[in-house]
Amino acid sequence: MTHDRVALLQKLQETEFAAIELNLYLDTHPLDQNALMQYNQLACQLQMLKQQYETAYGPLLNFGFSPSQFPFRWLEGPWPWERQY
Amino acid sequence: MWIYEKKLEYPVRIEKCDIRMAKYLFTQYGGPDGELSAAIRYLNQRYTTPTNEAKALLTDIGTEELAHVEMIATMIYQLTEDATVEELEAAGLGSNYAIRNRALFPTDANGVPWTAAYIQAHADPIADLHEDLAAEQKARTVYENLLNLTDDPGMQDALRFLREREVVHFQRFGEALRIVQEYQEAKKYY
Repeated sequence: MTHDRVALLQKLQETEFAAIELNLYLDTHPLDQNALMQYNQLACQLQMLKQQYETAYGPLLNFGFSPSQFPFRWLEGPWPWERQY
Repeated sequence: MWIYEKKLEYPVRIEKCDIRMAKYLFTQYGGPDGELSAAIRYLNQRYTTPTNEAKALLTDIGTEELAHVEMIATMIYQLTEDATVEELEAAGLGSNYAIRNRALFPTDANGVPWTAAYIQAHADPIADLHEDLAAEQKARTVYENLLNLTDDPGMQDALRFLREREVVHFQRFGEALRIVQEYQEAKKYY
């Protein structure tokens, strides 16, 4: 993986992880307005980062959740368990 | 329904090639207190757990645990992919190689295959959530053991992340337990 790709992937992982954390918190604190606002902000940031990453490196999600250029880029490596750094 | 995202939840950057760790890491792949047990336990319990909060939490933590299964599998895969047969034997993975070459398989660190006997579901939310609380503590302590078995900083970083997740999950299950207890109390007054 190129340095740029690694850096963008890391930003994506950090943002999504923050969203996961807030998701779990909101599951048991559904009335926390502040947390919900943060969650929605992260969701927005995540969408932008995903789009950036996917335009350059292909779809991150399957089953119709990410579009793909031609030929079908979903199957491109590296896959997450393969060495990338 | 599950959608798969083609990235790890947290990066795995193995620096040293300590193949012995591959054998030890199996305990968190197919072992009793491992990520697969956690994922199946929570995703299965959620069908008969009351309150939306608990159903959401079990679904979300169960899903996150699947992402952790992937991280552990990644660690084992990267440690063994380039290992020679002699190196695998020296690391205690000779018998594993005999049957499976370098294929991954859900067993514990001693090759004992994963079993649903590692999980439980009682449709009693108090019982189920207490099992979940205990499971998170057990996983946490296993990660502490694994951290003691390696000095690879990249490996330690990933293991520390997984350990911290167990602590957070424990916290959330504690909250779900309180929510469920209040729900059960409320049901008595009609």
